[in-house]
Amino acid sequence: MNDHGLAPGREIAGRGGGTISRGGGFGWLLAIPPAGLAVAFSAALPTVMGGGAVRLAYDWVPSLGVGLSFLIDGLSLTFALLISGIGVLVALYSSAYLAGHNHYARFSVYLLLFMVAMLGLVLADNVITLFIFWELTTVASYLLIGFDHASAKARRSALQALLLTGAGGLALLAGLILLGAAAGSFDLSTILASGDAVRAHQLYLPILILVLLGAFTKSAQVPFHFWLPNAMAAPTPVSAYLHSATMVKAGIYLLARMHPVLGGTDSWIWTLTIFGAFTAVAASVLALRQTDLKLALAYTTVMALGTLTMFLGAEATVAVAAAITFLIVHSLYKAALFLIIGNIDHATGTRDVARLGGLVRAMPVTALAAAAAALSMAGFPPFLGFIGKELKYEGALAIASEPLFVASAAVVANALMVAVAGIVALRPFYGTPSTTPKPPREVPMRMWISPVLLAGLGLTFGLAPSLIADALVQPAVTAILGRPETVKLALWHGFNLPLLLSVLTFVLGLTAYAVHPWLRRHLIAASGRLPMTADQVWDRLLDGVKSLAAMQTRTLQGGRLHRYLFVVFASFALAVGTALFATGAMRVPAGWPDLLLKHWAVTALIAAGAVMAAVASTRLTAICALGVVGVGVALLFVMFGAPDLAVTQLLVEILVVVLVAMVMLRLPGFEQGSTRRIRKLDALLGIAVGAVVTATLLAVVAAPFDRSITAYFETASVPEAFGRNIVNVILVDFRALDTFGEIAVVVVAALGAYALLAGTRRGKRP
Amino acid sequence: METVLAPLVGILVAASVYLMLARNLIRFLFGLVLLSNAANLTIFIAGGLTPAMPPLVPEGLARPAEVVANALPQALVLTAIVIGFGLLAFALVLVYRGYRVLGTLDSDAMRFAEPDEIAPDTSRSEGRVP
Amino acid sequence: MNSLILNAATRLLVALMLLFSVYMLLRGHNEPGGGFIGGLIAAIGFALYAMAHGTAAARRALRFDPAAISVVGLGIALLAGLSAALAGDALFTGQWWFAGAIDGEKGLPISTVLLFDIGVYLVVVGAALTIALALEDET
Repeated sequence: MNDHGLAPGREIAGRGGGTISRGGGFGWLLAIPPAGLAVAFSAALPTVMGGGAVRLAYDWVPSLGVGLSFLIDGLSLTFALLISGIGVLVALYSSAYLAGHNHYARFSVYLLLFMVAMLGLVLADNVITLFIFWELTTVASYLLIGFDHASAKARRSALQALLLTGAGGLALLAGLILLGAAAGSFDLSTILASGDAVRAHQLYLPILILVLLGAFTKSAQVPFHFWLPNAMAAPTPVSAYLHSATMVKAGIYLLARMHPVLGGTDSWIWTLTIFGAFTAVAASVLALRQTDLKLALAYTTVMALGTLTMFLGAEATVAVAAAITFLIVHSLYKAALFLIIGNIDHATGTRDVARLGGLVRAMPVTALAAAAAALSMAGFPPFLGFIGKELKYEGALAIASEPLFVASAAVVANALMVAVAGIVALRPFYGTPSTTPKPPREVPMRMWISPVLLAGLGLTFGLAPSLIADALVQPAVTAILGRPETVKLALWHGFNLPLLLSVLTFVLGLTAYAVHPWLRRHLIAASGRLPMTADQVWDRLLDGVKSLAAMQTRTLQGGRLHRYLFVVFASFALAVGTALFATGAMRVPAGWPDLLLKHWAVTALIAAGAVMAAVASTRLTAICALGVVGVGVALLFVMFGAPDLAVTQLLVEILVVVLVAMVMLRLPGFEQGSTRRIRKLDALLGIAVGAVVTATLLAVVAAPFDRSITAYFETASVPEAFGRNIVNVILVDFRALDTFGEIAVVVVAALGAYALLAGTRRGKRP
Repeated sequence: METVLAPLVGILVAASVYLMLARNLIRFLFGLVLLSNAANLTIFIAGGLTPAMPPLVPEGLARPAEVVANALPQALVLTAIVIGFGLLAFALVLVYRGYRVLGTLDSDAMRFAEPDEIAPDTSRSEGRVP
Repeated sequence: MNSLILNAATRLLVALMLLFSVYMLLRGHNEPGGGFIGGLIAAIGFALYAMAHGTAAARRALRFDPAAISVVGLGIALLAGLSAALAGDALFTGQWWFAGAIDGEKGLPISTVLLFDIGVYLVVVGAALTIALALEDET
C-alpha cells in the first residue's frame, strides 16, 4: 500500500531529512524544458523592446477561421518569461521536494502540461486557441490540485476549482464567440485593432459580462475567490506556481489583453474597480485571520489579484504600469514565499504560525530568503515591491474617476499586506524558538536555491529597475493600451503624495502587525457570526444541483416506457412547433391540388390503413391494416418514379408479415392496457405530433429545391461509374461507405436478435 | 401532390405515436412499422416529387434524356427501408424475449431494471398472462 | 406446416426465386434491382422453404450458418471497399476491369462495385434468415 499520495513533504520527511539530498536522482531534468523555453523567449526581447511583435501562424481549422497562431508582444512576453522562468525554479525545487515520491513522473507530466497550457494561453493570437489553452490550464490545475488523490479534501478542492473555473470558461467561450462575431474575426490581432467597433456594438455589454465572468472566476475575484485558498491542497511547489505565474494570472492576462478592445467604457472601469477593490480589501482581512501560513499566503494572492484587477480597470498609463510592475513583483515574492513555507513545513512538520518561532538559527538561508521576499511584499525600499507600491499610489491618484476610493483601498490592502508579510515570513524565524513536531534543520541546496534566487531578483530589480522597465513593463503597457508609451521606474520619486501614503502604509501595517493576535481573535469571532462562508454557499449550490437532477430524473425518467415516450414526443412537438411558429416558416398551401383519381385513391388507402391500425381491436385487423399501408406506400413509390423502392418495400413487407406472424403465434393478447383518459391524452399528443410533422413537411417542400447533387449523380453515373441505374450507382459506388455502414447495422441487428433468442433457448432447457 | 401527401404523413405519424404510447408492446411494434413508413415517405417527399421516369439512363446515352425522378432520396430511402426492417426484426425479438423472461407484454409491468418505489398497480395490466 | 401441395410447390418455387434473386442482383447496376432487392428475394425464398420443410431442412439447404453468411457478406463488402486503396484511390472508389475488351467491344465488365453489391446481397440474406430461422425454431 505504498501507492497512496500522502502530503508528499510529510511522507519524505518521515524518512528523515538526510535522504532528500541524495534521493533526487534525475528529477532536476524536469527543469530543462522550461529553461529552454525561457531562453527562447528571451530571444524575442530585442524585437519586443523595439515596439515590435513576433507572429507565428499555422492553419488549424481554416473553415471555421480557427488558426493555431501565436503572438509575442510586450504583454505576452512578460507573461511568457514569468511562466517559463518561475517554471524552471519550481521544477528544480519540486525535484528535491518530491524526490522519491511514487508519482513523481506523473507530477512532472502534469506540471509541464500546466506550463505549456499557460504559455499557449498567453501566446495565442486567436481567441479560440486562447480558449482551448484556457481550458487546458483548468484541466491541468484539476490534476495538480487533486494530485494527492487519496485525500478527500484534495479531491473536493480539485473538483471545486474545476467546476468553478470550468463554468467561467464556458461563459468566456460564449463571450469570445460573440466578440469574434462583433469584430468580424477570431484573430486577436484583428480584434485588438477593432476596439472602437466592438465598444459601439450592441453586443458589447453581453460580451463584457461573459468575458469578465471568465476572468473573475479564474482570477478568484470575490465572490468566486473561495476555490483558490482551497487549491492549496496541491503540493507546495504547485501552489507556488499556481499562485505566482500561472492559472490565477490567466484572468489577469485576459483583462490586460482585452483592455484595448473592451476597456475604457464606464461599465469596464466601474466593474473592475469595484470588484478589484472589494476583493483586495476583503482578502487582506481574511489573510490576517488565518493561522496556517500557507492559507494566509493564499489569501494574499487573492488580494494581489484584486489589486491587479482594480488597476487594469483604469485608463491612465501610470495605473497600467503599476499593474504590470506589481504583477512582476507579486510573481517573484509569492513564488519565493510559497517555496519557503514548503521548506518550513518540510523541516519542522507544521505550518501553524502559533507553533513556530526562532527558526533563523536552524535555517539561516531560508530565513534570509524569507526576509528578502517579505520586505518586497511589504514594499520596503530598496526592493522592487517598494517601486511597485509607489507606482500603485501614483496610479491610484491618477485615476480620474474615483482616485480617493482606489487610493484608500490600496492603502488599506497594502497596510494589511505589511502585517501579513510579517506574520508569514518573520514570525516563524524570530522570537523564542518553540518545539515543533520535528527538530528544524536547514533544507538541502536544491530547496533553498529557488527561493533565494526569486527573492534576490526582487532586490536586483529594485536596485536597477530599468532592467525590467525597458524590457518588460514599457512594452507590456504599450501592448495593453494599444499606443506607444514610455515608462520609467525609479526607487526615489522625491517627496510627494505617494511617498506620504507609503509612510502611512508602513505605520498602519506595523501597527496591525503589533496587534495582530488581538485583531485575529476579533476577526475569528466576527466571522463566526456570519451566516455562512462562500465555501458553504458553494456546497449548498452543489447539493441543490444534485437534488434538482434527482428530481428531474424521477419526473422524466421514472422507468415507464409510456412516460419516456410521452416526454420525447411532447418535447419534439413543442420544440419543432415553436420553431416553426416563431420563424414564420409555416406555409399554408394555396388552392386545391389538382390530382388524378389514382393519387386520391392511394392516399385514402394509406390513411385508412393507418387509422385502422391505430384503432384495431384484434391483432389480425391491425396486421392487415399495416399491410395496406405498406402496399399503399409501395404504390406511391411506383407512381413517382421509384421502382427500386417499390420492389424493396413490397419484399420487406412480405418478410415483416412472416416474422410478425411467427412471433404472434407465441404471444398473447392485444389489449391497450391504458385507461381511457390516458388513451385520450395519447391520441391528442399523436395528433399534435402529426400536425407538426405536416407543417414541417409543407414548409420544406415550399422552400426552393436545390437539385445540384442529384444533377451531379445523373451526369456522372454512366461516364464515371459505368452504371445506368442511378439509385444503385449511388448505393454501391458514390455513397458506398454509407451503404457499408448501413449493412453493418443490419448485421449487428441480426446478431443481436440471434443472441437474444439463443438466451431463451438456454432458459427453456435448464 | 405534396399538399396532400404532407397531411398523409401527418396521419401516419399520429397513428404511430398513438400506437407507440400504448402499454402493450405489440402495439408499440406496430407503431414502429408506421413510423418507419412515415419517415421514408418524408424523405421521399422532401426530395421533390416528379411524376416522371425512374432515374435510369437509357442504353447508349451518357445521361438521362429527359427529366427523371430524384435519385438521391431514393437511395436514402432504399437503405432506410432495409434498416427499418432490421430494427423491427430486432425489436420483435426483443419483445418476444422480454415476454419469455418477464411473462408480460405490459411495458409498465417490466420494471426489472428500474424498479418502482411504489409497487405497480398490476390489476390493470391485462397483457399479463396467467 | 404439413401440406403436400406446399411441399411440392416450394421446391420448384424456391429454386426459381433463387435464380431470380441472382438475376436481380446482377442487373441491378443498370436496371431496377441490386443487392438489397436480390437479397430480400432470396431470403423470402428460404423462409418459404423453412415453412414447408422445417428449419433443419432449410439450414441444410443453406449449407452455411446464416449469421456467418451475413458476416462474410460484410467482410466482402469491406474488402471491395478497401481494394480501392491498392489502386491508390480513396476508399470505396469503384474499380473496373473490362475483360476481353477489344476496340469497339465493351467486353465483360468486372468491378469491385459488383463485389460490393454481392456483399450487400449476402448480408441481407444472412441477416434476414438469421432472425427468421431462429424465430421459427422457437416452437
